Amino acid sequence: MSDFMQQPLDAAASLAPTWLADIHARGKAVWQNTPMPTRKTEAWKYTNLLPLQQRFQAPDKSNTPEVSGINYPQLGGSTLVFVDGFYREELSKIDLPEGARLLRFAEADSKQAEAIRARLGQAIVSKQHLFAALNDATLADGVFLEVDANTVVDQSIHLVWLSSGQVDALSVNQRLLVELGANSKATVVESFANTATGGTAFTNGISELQLGDGAILDHYRLHLEQAEAVHIGGVHATLNASSTLNSFHLALGSTLKRIDIVVEHRGQGAHCEVNGIYLPRGEEQVDYHTCMEHAVPNCTSSETFRGIIADQASAVFNGRIHIHPDAQKTRAELSNKNLLTSNQAEVNTKPELEIYADDVQCAHGATVAQMDPATLHYLRARGISKAEAEVMLSFGFINELVEAIRCEAIRDYLKPLLARRFSHNPKLTRHIL
Amino acid sequence: MLKIDNLHAKVEDKDILKGLNLSVKPGEVHAIMGPNGSGKSTLGHVLAGRPGYHVTAGTATLLGQNLLDMETEERAHLGLFLAFQYPVEIPGVSNMEFLKAAVDTVRESRGQESISSVDFMKKARAICKEVDLDLSFLKRGVNEGFSGGEKKRNELMQMMMLEPKLCVMDETDSGLDIDALQVVANGVNAMRNSERSFVLVTHYQRLLDYIEPDFVHVLSEGRIIKTGDKSLALELEEKGYAWLEGAA
Ligand SMILES: Nc1ncnc2c1ncn2[C@@H]1O[C@H](COP(=O)(O)OP(=O)(O)OP(=O)(O)O)[C@@H](O)[C@H]1O
Ligand SMILES: [Mg+2]
Repeated sequence: MSDFMQQPLDAAASLAPTWLADIHARGKAVWQNTPMPTRKTEAWKYTNLLPLQQRFQAPDKSNTPEVSGINYPQLGGSTLVFVDGFYREELSKIDLPEGARLLRFAEADSKQAEAIRARLGQAIVSKQHLFAALNDATLADGVFLEVDANTVVDQSIHLVWLSSGQVDALSVNQRLLVELGANSKATVVESFANTATGGTAFTNGISELQLGDGAILDHYRLHLEQAEAVHIGGVHATLNASSTLNSFHLALGSTLKRIDIVVEHRGQGAHCEVNGIYLPRGEEQVDYHTCMEHAVPNCTSSETFRGIIADQASAVFNGRIHIHPDAQKTRAELSNKNLLTSNQAEVNTKPELEIYADDVQCAHGATVAQMDPATLHYLRARGISKAEAEVMLSFGFINELVEAIRCEAIRDYLKPLLARRFSHNPKLTRHIL
Repeated sequence: MLKIDNLHAKVEDKDILKGLNLSVKPGEVHAIMGPNGSGKSTLGHVLAGRPGYHVTAGTATLLGQNLLDMETEERAHLGLFLAFQYPVEIPGVSNMEFLKAAVDTVRESRGQESISSVDFMKKARAICKEVDLDLSFLKRGVNEGFSGGEKKRNELMQMMMLEPKLCVMDETDSGLDIDALQVVANGVNAMRNSERSFVLVTHYQRLLDYIEPDFVHVLSEGRIIKTGDKSLALELEEKGYAWLEGAA
């Protein structure tokens, strides 16, 4: 392994609480003994890791960069803001009902540390997820959200990771661990944002969502990073019996984003719905790898991803559905549709089905298309200008997923943001908004 | 209103219109009948400027302006409306948003004052009622999952919202049940005035019982081969087209 992360690895070891030492060691061992993926590595075939070829630096705690220019959704409820990897209390607010606790790893007492250690990494096969191993190895602080059985948290819990761009080649570690007790309910929102100008940052983000029996989690992971940002990370969820995960993903472009979403159905009757939108443009790359593990019978998963790829941008969508021999009566659906708005735009979409049970229903479909000339003509025949028709059809392509967002505040935040993605001219977006 | 002179057009290297002449004055209703594949829809598409339809000779003017030089949307701004034989489904774009965008743009292009959202909604609701579509259709994706007849009524709704000068209706009566046919006829009759003209493409004389045309034309192999009054439609109903084709 090249040493482009050496400084952050060393820094984490000195910054982190001592109880993380063996987790560091575990991550470091995998990271240092695994070769960096190349185009020949199946899971990285279409993704160019060139943006990682620089020497990254760990953030310096003595900086408190100004971030008022960075836009992210303002939601009610609890908000924890991290800037360049460090928690910023003055930008944060914790407001939780009894039975729900937010705790930073750095603050954990020995009992809490034990609780975190018992759960952390439990759902990640780090040999398959090299960057999760890197996350272990560079972990200095993380967030642990614990919701007791039967507790309902009404307001959203918002975790915000910002990079200020004030330092170049900054390496940022993000880690979230969520444990929902039996029959509890919560909404967790993760936002990532930066400035359009400023230095590069490499965020290595890992979130673990552990749902107890009958728990319901609405989860959002909003990648609003732009320009030079690189994000490689993943969401690893485990679902106990009859639990429900609704997970929404958004990736606006930036130099490179690679997100792995792994959902393990561990108890019967579990259900997940995973939806996502990606909108790379310019020379940006977005890569989503999803994996639905169906290990037990009677579970369902439903996945819908839509991408609009513009200019010379590229996207990868790899949707794996793995139905184990015992997982009878599984219902799994996967749909991925892509709209290319330029001749140089590129997408590689691949459903990957591994089905070892016979009594299952599995539907999958992937499409790649350009804007339909007949549809465009129909709008223009009603007097709508070509430019506005294109904006309406682009937004229309993702609208179904936007409308399906359960959290109204997020929907209201995203709608204009996404519309402006297709045009900055308010005249062309006025009928969408 | 509309003047078409010796129009020739091809689609993918196939000549479809072969010297078509048609003159429509303000306030007139013209019916165009003719066998399948004779070029009726092609005429509508050429007038609306659909990509892939190439005019190789002849002219077409609307209100004295050369239609064939204009972008599709400019033709709509000038006052052309084509009710499509096969309306397009657009999931993700609501009927309401689509109608509002069309109405706003067309009004702007005509220098009319913009319509407030409240007035727009009032009008849209009233027209929904007139074309006998439930209000829920305004919220659905444009034509998405609409039945054949619902699509046709949606075309009529757009026409009523946009108040065009020339309405070209391509088989708006096909696939309609008796009541829906009446709805379409009522809609057209309500819009008829001395300034507005209609070209109705139809296969059925029945429509013309409800909407009385000033002229009936027979289009065959890319040309108008016979013109008459409404009695021609009755004659066609009885005899078919074969007796005319020799005359072409
Ligand atoms: N894209 C195309 N490529 C090749 N031929 C085409 C194309 N579009 C239309 N045509 C042909 O042009 C001819 C005229 O078609 P048009 O749709 O105008 O007929 P029509 O008179 O409207 O028929 P109908 O009564 O069935 O609606 C037909 O023979 C049709 O097959
Ligand atoms: Mg036709």
